[in-house]
Amino acid sequence: MAFFEGNKMTAGYGDGPDIISSCSINVDRGEIVAILGPNGAGKSTAMKAMLGLLNLKSGSVNIDGKDISKFSPHDRIKQGISFVPQTRNVFAELTVRENLEVGAFLREDDINKVIEEIYELFPILKEKKSQVVGQLSGGQRQQVALGRALMIKPSVLMLDEPTAGVSPIVMDELFQHILKVKETNVAIIMVEQNAKQALSISDRGYVLVTGENKFEGSGKELLNDPEVRRSFLGA
Amino acid sequence: MELTNAIILLLNYTILPALTYGSQLALGAIFVTLIYGILRFANFATGDMMSFGTMFAVLLTYYFQSIGISFGVLPTALLTIPFAIFMMIFYMLTIDKFVFSYYRVKKSPPVQLAMVSVGVMFVTQAIIRIIIGPFDRRFLDGEKFILKATEFKEMTGLSEGLTIKSTQVLTIFITIVVVSIMFWFLNKTKTGTSMRAYSDNEDLALLSGIDPKRVVLITWVIAGILATIGGILYGLDKSYRPFVYFNNMLPIFAAAIVGGIGNPFGAFLGGYVIAFAEIFLTYAYKKFFAYLLPEALEPNSMVQLLSTDYKFAISFSILVLVLLFRPSGIFEGKKI
Ligand SMILES: Nc1ncnc2c1ncn2[C@@H]1O[C@H](COP(=O)(O)OP(=O)(O)OP(=O)(O)O)[C@@H](O)[C@H]1O
Ligand SMILES: [Mg+2]
Repeated sequence: MAFFEGNKMTAGYGDGPDIISSCSINVDRGEIVAILGPNGAGKSTAMKAMLGLLNLKSGSVNIDGKDISKFSPHDRIKQGISFVPQTRNVFAELTVRENLEVGAFLREDDINKVIEEIYELFPILKEKKSQVVGQLSGGQRQQVALGRALMIKPSVLMLDEPTAGVSPIVMDELFQHILKVKETNVAIIMVEQNAKQALSISDRGYVLVTGENKFEGSGKELLNDPEVRRSFLGA
Repeated sequence: MELTNAIILLLNYTILPALTYGSQLALGAIFVTLIYGILRFANFATGDMMSFGTMFAVLLTYYFQSIGISFGVLPTALLTIPFAIFMMIFYMLTIDKFVFSYYRVKKSPPVQLAMVSVGVMFVTQAIIRIIIGPFDRRFLDGEKFILKATEFKEMTGLSEGLTIKSTQVLTIFITIVVVSIMFWFLNKTKTGTSMRAYSDNEDLALLSGIDPKRVVLITWVIAGILATIGGILYGLDKSYRPFVYFNNMLPIFAAAIVGGIGNPFGAFLGGYVIAFAEIFLTYAYKKFFAYLLPEALEPNSMVQLLSTDYKFAISFSILVLVLLFRPSGIFEGKKI
């Protein structure tokens, strides 16, 4: 059994149709798992379902062997699950430091030490700590978003397209940061459009198509699978 | 000498009253901007909520006076502030629970909530009429003047007198204290930061573990404090007449919009912009020029740009101009 798992999740928005059906995703601590698939496949929806932002019609979500399917998002966050959404993932009107402080909202202890750790991981954030995030570049903002999510010292980090809209160089940089986070024994699930690069840093990957698991395997296996290559990797 | 007289004249009839009136508007405007920034609707019940809180201060002042409690040289009404604030917050939270929260949970569009607040406004007006009636009431007691015109003339030997009313000093002083505490709270405390975060990006605030119910509660508490203190200071300075509080909503909204709706510091400055515009444009400068110009050039007319009857037109014009040319307000600054 993996540390964090969504088992055969079926869910949709409100009374609408099922967007994901019988979708399963799991991840262990110290592991990076990539979710790939075409636009509209339900990748973001699967993550939201694991966080409890939409209700499951069937299936379950477990963390460390505990069933949290009935937990509210708030309670799941308290279990150490952090989420960086695909859009609007920073507080644009707040400063870098305030973004980090809000990330630590649930912490009762002294957060200055954690903030220093985040600054060490993302030196640029220290440099820009008093700047309003709305004035930062896309890559810097993604680092703020990551930093905010890391403030609760999560055991699970879910990243929805952490490299959206950044140049290839910045993308590599961000992936390096994510690898560093992995080394701190965090379970990481990330949705990525840059499939090849994502798989190259991932331990495993899932390919979702119309809300169902289509392929899964280690990063290498998926990269070398002819069908996956043809349909999703554009080669 | 003539120049000093002219300056004292302006200070007495424009600057001091504008600072006072501006402070009262500023408190109301911050109230509007907080509700807009955090609860995301234009609260048309603003003026009447301010009136509601003030009503308790008036009633309690009368009661205190009847049993012989006074605050010495200061107005008895100041003693009633905590109680009036408590009643105001209680009323706001009740309304929120039974009216606004329903639309908030349904995620109704802001315009629908604004319409709902119009309903709240009518209900609040009716409650006020039932409890205290529509009449003009004065509840200022204690020492009225800090400096009287005659004393000032004796002291300085100037022909122009300066009057400093205690309500003017109290208004400006209390406003500065209240607003400073509020800005400190919003910018420097964990709860304040969480409120700004919620205002900026509600979804991400939830993902960070911020409890929206608590944010809403604290917003109404701050709003209740601002509304009641603003209302009481206005009532002490002028008089308490419910209808006037309703009317004041126009300059208050103008102040909030001039300051960039959702920006509390802008709303604070906006209060003074509106007050100074209103008073400078409706003041009759005849005597001012009489001091400065040689006799031959003295104006025959009142040299008044607009009659005081048009003071609401000034707020309204500023409102329209700002919305047309600088819809985000004339000040740079952080939103709540
Ligand atoms: N809030 C919502 N309400 C209703 N339907 C939604 C909502 N969000 C997404 N959907 C629908 O669910 C489907 C899957 O969307 P989702 O965002 O999960 O896709 P995705 O795989 O993340 O796509 P992308 O790569 O474009 O981000 C889409 O058809 C979308 O229209
Ligand atoms: Mg998506």
